[in-house]
Order: sequence, then structure tokens, then C-alpha cells
Amino acid sequence: MHLTYPAVLSVLLFCTGVYGVLARRNAILVLMSVELMLNAVNLNLVAFDVWLSKAARETLHSGQALTLFTIAVAAAEIGIGLAIVLAVHRNSGTSDIDRLRDTAEGHGDDDPQAPTAAEKAEATA
Amino acid sequence: MNLAATHGFLSPTGVEIAFLLVGLVTLGAAVVTVTTPQLVHAALWLVVALGGLAVEYLLLTAEFIAWVQVLIYVGSVVVLLLFGLMLTRAPIGRSPDADSGNRWAALAVAVAAAAALVWVVVDAFRTTWIDLAGAAAGSTEATGASLFQNWVLPFEALSVLLLAALVGAIVLSRKATTDPVPPPLNSRGVGGGSRPVPDPSNECTGPAEQDGTVPDDGSGPTREPRSDAPPGRGKGALPDDGTGSTPDLNGSVPGVRSGTAPGGGEKPARQEGGTR
Amino acid sequence: MTTTTLAVLVPLLPFLGAVAGLLLGRTAPGFVRPLAVLPALAALVVAALVMARQGGGRAVDAATQLTPTGSVPVELALHIDGFAALVAVLVAFVASCVQIYSTGYLRDDPRYASYAALVSLFTSAMLLVVYSGDLIVLLVGWEVMGICSYFLVGHYWETPEARAASTKAFLVTKLGDVPFLIGLFALATDTGSFRITTILGTVATGGLDHPTVIALLLLAGVAGKSAQFPLHTWLPDAMAGPTPVSALIHAATMVAAGVYFVARLLPVFEASRAAMVVLAVMAAVTMIGSGLAALAQDDIKRVLAYSTIGQLGYMTGALAVGDRGAAVFHLLSHGAFKALLFLAAGAVIHAAGTNSLAAMSRMGHLRDRVPDAFWTMTVALLALAAIPPFSGFFSKESVLGAAEHVATGHTEHAPGAAGWTVLLAGLLAALLTAAYATRLWLLAFRGRGAEVPDHGRQPLSMTVVLWVLAVPSLALGGVAYRSLPGWFASPDLAPTLTTSVLGTGVALVGGIVTYAAWWHTTAYATRIPLGAVAAHPEGDAGQVEAEAIASHRAAYGDLSSAPDPADPGRLLLGPLFRPAAAGFHLDAVYAALFVRPVQAAARLVRFLDREVVETYVRGAAAVPRLLGAAVRRAQTGNVQTYVSALLAGTVVLAVAALLVATGA
Repeated sequence: MHLTYPAVLSVLLFCTGVYGVLARRNAILVLMSVELMLNAVNLNLVAFDVWLSKAARETLHSGQALTLFTIAVAAAEIGIGLAIVLAVHRNSGTSDIDRLRDTAEGHGDDDPQAPTAAEKAEATA
Repeated sequence: MNLAATHGFLSPTGVEIAFLLVGLVTLGAAVVTVTTPQLVHAALWLVVALGGLAVEYLLLTAEFIAWVQVLIYVGSVVVLLLFGLMLTRAPIGRSPDADSGNRWAALAVAVAAAAALVWVVVDAFRTTWIDLAGAAAGSTEATGASLFQNWVLPFEALSVLLLAALVGAIVLSRKATTDPVPPPLNSRGVGGGSRPVPDPSNECTGPAEQDGTVPDDGSGPTREPRSDAPPGRGKGALPDDGTGSTPDLNGSVPGVRSGTAPGGGEKPARQEGGTR
Repeated sequence: MTTTTLAVLVPLLPFLGAVAGLLLGRTAPGFVRPLAVLPALAALVVAALVMARQGGGRAVDAATQLTPTGSVPVELALHIDGFAALVAVLVAFVASCVQIYSTGYLRDDPRYASYAALVSLFTSAMLLVVYSGDLIVLLVGWEVMGICSYFLVGHYWETPEARAASTKAFLVTKLGDVPFLIGLFALATDTGSFRITTILGTVATGGLDHPTVIALLLLAGVAGKSAQFPLHTWLPDAMAGPTPVSALIHAATMVAAGVYFVARLLPVFEASRAAMVVLAVMAAVTMIGSGLAALAQDDIKRVLAYSTIGQLGYMTGALAVGDRGAAVFHLLSHGAFKALLFLAAGAVIHAAGTNSLAAMSRMGHLRDRVPDAFWTMTVALLALAAIPPFSGFFSKESVLGAAEHVATGHTEHAPGAAGWTVLLAGLLAALLTAAYATRLWLLAFRGRGAEVPDHGRQPLSMTVVLWVLAVPSLALGGVAYRSLPGWFASPDLAPTLTTSVLGTGVALVGGIVTYAAWWHTTAYATRIPLGAVAAHPEGDAGQVEAEAIASHRAAYGDLSSAPDPADPGRLLLGPLFRPAAAGFHLDAVYAALFVRPVQAAARLVRFLDREVVETYVRGAAAVPRLLGAAVRRAQTGNVQTYVSALLAGTVVLAVAALLVATGA
């Protein structure tokens, strides 16, 4: 089998996951997209492992071992991630990522910021 | 390498055809997963995508990985995700705002990344050939031998990681024990409702739905000035699920204040505000 | 103790007194008076000791260098010759008198402590100037005097006159001090030293490269400090300070510093004939102009201030004809009788409740209220008018004699033109001096009208000082003209017959003419009432004076003159009276020449700063603010946006790296 096939499939899956992470609003859907990305990586690992072990260049099966590790870590990640999402949802009443803007400057409103920004500029001037 | 020269892309083997077809299904399922407006459907399409990947592993002769994939991903991760969706009261059915306003930027980034990666990967590995003949590279025996001979130490470390993740998940999802109990108790007393709010039911429904379902806790008839919804909602929502949002809490304060026991109602409300 | 140690003590004692006074002024008011008077008296005693030890013999020289100071060394040096010893005694004497007088004059003043400390500091600075053998050390004392003068003139800072006068005094003297400093540096560069002895040695061997430039630069500072034309305008205004300050600073010591400086460095000035001529012209203009102005002043202290300027003109004139002995002789006698005049005037102002001569001329029996001031002031005025045998006669005759000596071509130091200028101007000024002295005496003590209310006798500390000062005014000249040449190593100071007759003659003429004019005009005085007296006549003299100064403009419409037809000066001066009263409008000239251009420049700078520079600043602030607003828009808090940008950047970087790696 051409290595290109699994590799390209892996790339496409990964980019689909990227799209999902960037475009989905619900935090749990974002986590699903992360799973997609992880699986794309897994596919890559397995394919290369198979290729390399057949070519007898590598006998440790590191690709498959790492895949197993990835799966385990992904399981842990999904557990923690879900717990975080639940906690966030409990605190702020939503799990929509684009509404969790506590890191935004001010309160998303430009008008009350303007004077404070001006004051700061005056103070530093 | 020399084998690759004899195998052109225009004359695929049977394994390759199967891989391509399953790969198309997998990719399609993944795309639907990240685009569907129905959240639960997304989880189900994710099952298809992950199962397809398991098949791909099988086609790559990595059988142990394939079964692990099915067990863990399809069996537990997706189930967990579905639980998460339900616990956060994700709407059943189409939700038109499932995608954020960021989607066109996301699409551009994803397409650009895909183009760049595909170009690089194809350019780098177009002549590489995987020889699938002979003993399976990923048989359980081979994988187990490798895992418990060469990778045993990381494997054990991984178990510690899993334990830590377990503890962390429990800690995170537990309701904060420092939440003072008095306010709900007090407000319930003030409300004078003889019917205690059923605590366990809130675990699943949450305040958002309770707003609509629980009418007024019996406080409406007795208190004319408190005909507004927030006090009632606050009382019902607060007690035990802990998912009561801040507006709910604040809503309960004026209700208490205008009620018959102002001294008892105000102080806990302030405490509640302090813990937030 | 060696003479050097004693000499160091002389400026040090008042300095320590000043420091102690400033430190203890608030916490221990009881110590303030002893701390003010005792150091001055001690300094007087020590200065007298130094004088006795020096004895007019070889100059005492001592120097120590604390630290290397670059190309031209600055040393703590003493140079005590006969001039320094005598002037120091005068300074300490007048300072002691003033301190004693001040205890009575400002007895209720809440700021007496700082006042006394500043007077002590001032005395110390002046003594430093007198004894210093190094020009930089001298400059330190010179500038300390300037700042002390600023504070003391502004003692009544509640009144706008005092505030304006102190600022003016400071700025005008600084106007002269800047060229003075440059002149000092030029002199040190030419001679390679700040030591007076070294400089004089270099000058004697003709080692001065730019004598005229240096002399003229130094003259600017001297003119500022000694109130010579054209930098004299601060002195009449400085009369807004308390009278003892006027007596100490603006009569006996500070203004004498300029003259004393020229006397010390006279060879430097003599090296340039142009400088000597400039000095002579300056002296002549100062003498005559101030005499005319003094005749027109209404404020008794301003009369004395212009008189001081005129007498300083005599000293400058003596220096212009190269006779520093005569100059310092006149400085000594003038210091005594002018201090007396001021202190007596303070007593008169206190008794009369006004500083206006016009008002005093309408008061009867003022002389009976202050008999001590009357008698001593009479003595001092006679000395001022150079009537023999009072001290002013001898010193002034020595100046005129020196001028005549030069005019008739007997010396090589000074150009004959300078001699003639000084001689003629001196004679004319003698006439004017006698005239305004007579006018002052007549208006103050021969007034007719309502009797002055009796506020009780003056404090003893004030009257005793007057009599103490009257002694040298009376007798110093006659005693000193024989012995001083030995101290000064200068030619004979004895009056010559020609100048004595001429000088005394014109003085008598001036006095008689003024008397006649007064006789003629005094009839008006009864007809036109005029005058205002202080609101609190029972207060201490300082308070009365402050009120008198503050009310003068309100009562008479002008700070310096009063619309009094009974003024004999009005008759004598005729059309000149108005410009003379205004100081020949020199202030207006200064306003046009300096003040308004400076203010216009300040306005321009303010405009440039507010409208131009600020615009750039605002622009510099606005652009980052706009950029910040734009950047802030990106800070939405939406994590997905951030990650999108991050990944996009990653893709771009990866592609770029690939392109570079593949060499595309």
C-alpha cells in the first residue's frame, strides 16, 4: 500500500479536526474535534509504524506503543476536559466558547473602556 | 522503494481500494461531525468516523490498535461525550448557532493547512510503499511483546497519569463544598413553600429548564409583590445542583428582602455573593 | 591666636549665629535676640583685634586648598590689608548697631527670628567678601549677600511693594552678576589664578591680555551691586524693606561691596584707560542723576536711597581717578553717617506714622517727639552735605582732591578726562547733596501744623545706637584723614584748599537756595492739607513702617512722589521735578528694553509650548491610542479567534520554512 494514502487521510482528518476546533461553538463539540485530531495522529503513527517495521528498520513498534499511549492520554483528556466544561457550565451557565470571554479587555463594550483608556494615556503621558 | 516503483497510483491493489473507500467514509463522517447543526448527531457521526479509523487500522494490519480503538473511543469516549452534552443541557435537535462566527476564518485556516500538509506529505512519500505481506505488523502478540519489553516503564507512568486524571476529573466535577447551604434553606423558609424542592431532579434538569417547568413554588399566591419570576426561579434552582447562575442568585435577593424575614435573608445572600 | 585664626573667626561668628538663629528661632524664641546681637558684637571685637594686629602694615595672607579644582585652583584664602581690616570693622560695627536697633525696631515682629538670622548671615557674607583673598570665595559671599538682600527686602512680603522690590533687587543685581562672573573667569584665565595677590602681581607685570573687556565685565557686576547707573534702579525700590535692613544693606555694606571690590582690584581697572573713563562717566551720571532724583522724592527713605547712590557715585569717581584711599575713606565715613541717617529715619517714621515728607511737613513738633533722632540726624545730614568739620567733609574733599589732582595732570594712573568729569560732577553733586539734605531736614523737622500725637519714647535700643553712630559721623573724618594714608599706602588724604573752598561753597549755596525755596513754598503747606498716618501708631516701628509703605501709593497716587505744592524741590527743579521723581523714567526704559521683550518671549514660548509642542505630544499620544483601540478590538476574549490566528500563523510559518528549505 502506498504510504501516501494513510498519510493524506490523516492530514485531511487532522484539518477537519482543526476546522471543528476553530468553528464549533459548543465546548463539547470542540472536544470531539480534538479527538478527531488525535485520531488523525494515531493513524499516522500506525501507518508509519507498519511501514518501518516491515522495512525492518525499527523493531520497537514505537508507533503502535505511542498510539496506545495517545489513546490512553486522550481518554484522560476527555475526562478532564468534560469535567472542566461541566464546571464552567455550572459557573457561567453556558458552554459556548465564544461567550466565555472573561479574558477580554473590559466587558466587551467599547464605550466604558474609552474613557479609562484615555485616562491611562493621560496618566502615562 | 523498488517495490513502490512497480506499484503505480493508477493500478491500485485491493487493499488500497478498500482503504480508500473506508477512508472516504471516515472523512465524510468526520466532516459531518464538525459541521452538523445537531449536537447529538455530531457525537454519533463521530462514532462512525472513529469506527472507520478502526477499520483502517485493521487494513494496516494493526489489529490490536483497532480493537483498542473500538473499545476505548467508540465504547467510552463517545459515551462520555454524550453524557457531557446532556449534562450541559445541549439542545436536542437542530441548533442553528452550533457554529460560531469564526467559521469562515476556521475554514480558511483548515483548508490552508490541509493544502500545505497534503502537498508536503505527497511530495515526501509518493514513492514510499508499505509491504503488507507477511506477518501482521500489529498483531496482539507483537504489540504486547513490544509494549511489555521495551515500553513497560512509560506504560506504568501512563497508569499514574490515568490515576491523576481520574482524581482531577472527580475534583473538578464535584460541587464546591464551600457553597453555603443557608441561602437556599432560608429562601425556602421565607417562601413559605410547604413543598421542598426536589433536589435530585435538579441534577438533570437544571435551572434553565426549571424556569419553564416549575411554576411558582407556591410563593406566588401568598406574596403579591413577588410576582416576578426570578425569586421563584432562584429558590428552585439554587439548592443542590450548584449550576445556578449568578443572575438567579441575585434574583433571589430582592425577593428575600421584600419578604417577611429581611434580617435572616440578607446576610446569607451577601455571603453567597462573597463566595462567587 | 594668630591673626589668621582671628580673621577666620570674624565671618564665622555671624554665620554660626545665623545658623543657630534659624535652628532655634521657633523652638527657643528667648535665645533669638542674644544670638542676633552677640555674634555681631563678637565679630566687631575680633575685627577690631585684627585691625589692631594688622595695623596697616604688611598684608596678612593665608590660603589653603581644600581640593584640586581643575585648571585654575580655588583656594580658601585671606588677604587682609589696611582696606580689608578697616572695612571689616565698619561692617561689623554697623551690623552690631543694626542688630541692636532691630531688637527694638521689630520687637513685636513674628518673623524676627528669621530676620535676625538673615541679617547675621548677610553680615557674615559681607565680612567674607571683605577678607577673602580668592575671587571665587569672594563671589560666594557676593551672591549670599544677593539672596539675603532678596529675603530681607521682602520682609514685609504681605505688601505688593515689598514683593516687587525684592524681586527687582534680585533680578537687577543678577543682571550685573552674570557679566561679573564671566569677567571673573576671564580674569582668572588671563592671570591663571583666582588669588587676588597673584592677579595683582600678574597685572603689575603687564600680564593681562584683555584688560578692557575684563574691566567692563567686572564693572557690570559692580554697577549692579553698588547701585551705579544704569543698574541702580533696584535700590530706591528696596526701601520697601525694614529700615534697619536699608541701613545695613543698602547704605553701609552691600552696596559698598562693589566699590570695595574695585578698590581691591584697582590695578586691573587701571590697566584699561577706557574702563577708567567709563567708570568716571558712570560715576558722574550717577552722582548728578541721583542728586536730582533725591530732591524730588517724597518718601524719606527714598531720599536717603538716592543719596546713597550719589555717595557711591563719589566713591566710584574716586576709583575712576585711581585713588582707592579716597574711595575707601569715603566708604567708611559714608557707612557711618548713612547708617545713622537710615536708623534715625526709622525712628522718625515711627514717631510720625508716615514715611511721606509731605505729610511730615504738615506736622508740628516732630523734633520734640524724637529728640535723639533729630539731633543725630542733623549731625548726619551735615556730614552728608560735607560741611566741615563733620566726617563727610573730609572724605568728600579727599575724593574731590584726588579728582583735581588727576585733572590737573599730576598722575599717570588715570586719564585727565576722567579727572575733569569726576571733579565737575562731584562739585555739582555736592550742591545737590546739600540741597536735598536741607530739604529733608526742613520738611521733616520744621513742619507746621497739627501736633504729632505722642506715642511714647523710642526704645532705648534704638536711641542709644543713634548716638553711638553719631560719634564717627561727627569725628571720624577729622581723626582719620591723617592716619588713613598710612593704612592705605595711598597719597595724602588731607583736604586741599581749592577743593575745600569750592566744595563747601557749593554746599552752602545749595543749602541756602533750598532754604530760600522752602521759605517761599512753605506757605502753601498750611493751605493744602495732605497726608495719611499709619493705622496702628502704637505698634512697633516695623509695623508702622510697613503700613506707611503700603499706604503711600494709595494716599499720594505714587510710590515715590506726592502732589505737594509746598515741596521746595518742586520750585528748585521746575520742569525736571516730575521725571526726577520717577527716577528719570529709567524703570520705563527697562520695562521697554527688558521686561516687555522677556514677557513677549515668554508668551511666545508659552504659545509654542501649548499650541505647537503640545500638539505633537497629543499627536504622539493619539496615534498609539488609536492603535491601541484597534488592537484592543482584537482582544475579544474569544479563544477560537486566538487559536485561529495562531494556527494561521503556524501554517504561514511552516510554508515559509518549507519554501526556504526546498530552496524555492
